[in-house]
Amino acid sequence: MLDTEKLTEDRIREMIREEIARAFKKDPAKKKAMLIASKGSLDWAYPPLILATAAAAAGMEASIFFTFYGLNIVHKDFEKKLKVSPVANPEMPMPMPMPDIVTAMPGMTGFATGMMKNMFSKKGVATIKELLDVAIESDVKLIACQMTMDVFGYTQDEFIEGVEFGGAAAALSDARKSHVTLFI
Amino acid sequence: MTEYQEDKVLDARGLLCPMPVVKAGKEIRGMEDGEILKIIATDRGAIADFPAWADDTGNELLGWNEDSDGSLVFYIKKVEED
Repeated sequence: MLDTEKLTEDRIREMIREEIARAFKKDPAKKKAMLIASKGSLDWAYPPLILATAAAAAGMEASIFFTFYGLNIVHKDFEKKLKVSPVANPEMPMPMPMPDIVTAMPGMTGFATGMMKNMFSKKGVATIKELLDVAIESDVKLIACQMTMDVFGYTQDEFIEGVEFGGAAAALSDARKSHVTLFI
Repeated sequence: MTEYQEDKVLDARGLLCPMPVVKAGKEIRGMEDGEILKIIATDRGAIADFPAWADDTGNELLGWNEDSDGSLVFYIKKVEED
């Protein structure tokens, strides 16, 4: 039986707060992360993979939607496709100051890419291959954008094992159930 | 810091973000409720990452300290989700 005497306004407010806190704790969106990877250079391949694998390690269901140049990251030839260019990239640390005309010379993209890979490996940063392996192993959902695949002329068998295919609706469906949504 | 009797040790020295938490997540999944995982790391980002990761996963960070050689030691108790 309800003791109405004790059911003061303060007590009711407290009960509501407790219920809300409980509901928040169970909120499934807290356990989901949805990232969009839109860039296809070596440096920009890292953030979506790092965040998604860290989310998975924290017990979240993570998905990455690869669109436009982001498709490079899950293409079977990602090792060759992911490069970094020093041209018009003033943030790129170079061993010595270089005028733009020099960074635009043939071979400079290969040089800068090799330099970045070397620098990352020396510091102990995981490679893109390692991060992709972790992502697949920890059930990160990898979705390639079918529309941009069609535009670039890619077929489904050109992508690494485990990649799914979808469009904007599939991406949004994941996003609306996730508190963490990032466009990279 | 209090010393804890660990059940497992994860050596994450030399690894950088996100690998320490990735390895910790993998390790702790195979452990029993209440068991303690000791993690040794050198990534300075781990000082913020392990408390956040413990909070997200519901596991308990019992404490951490910095060894004289600069490596960071974390003790995490596995808490099975109900």
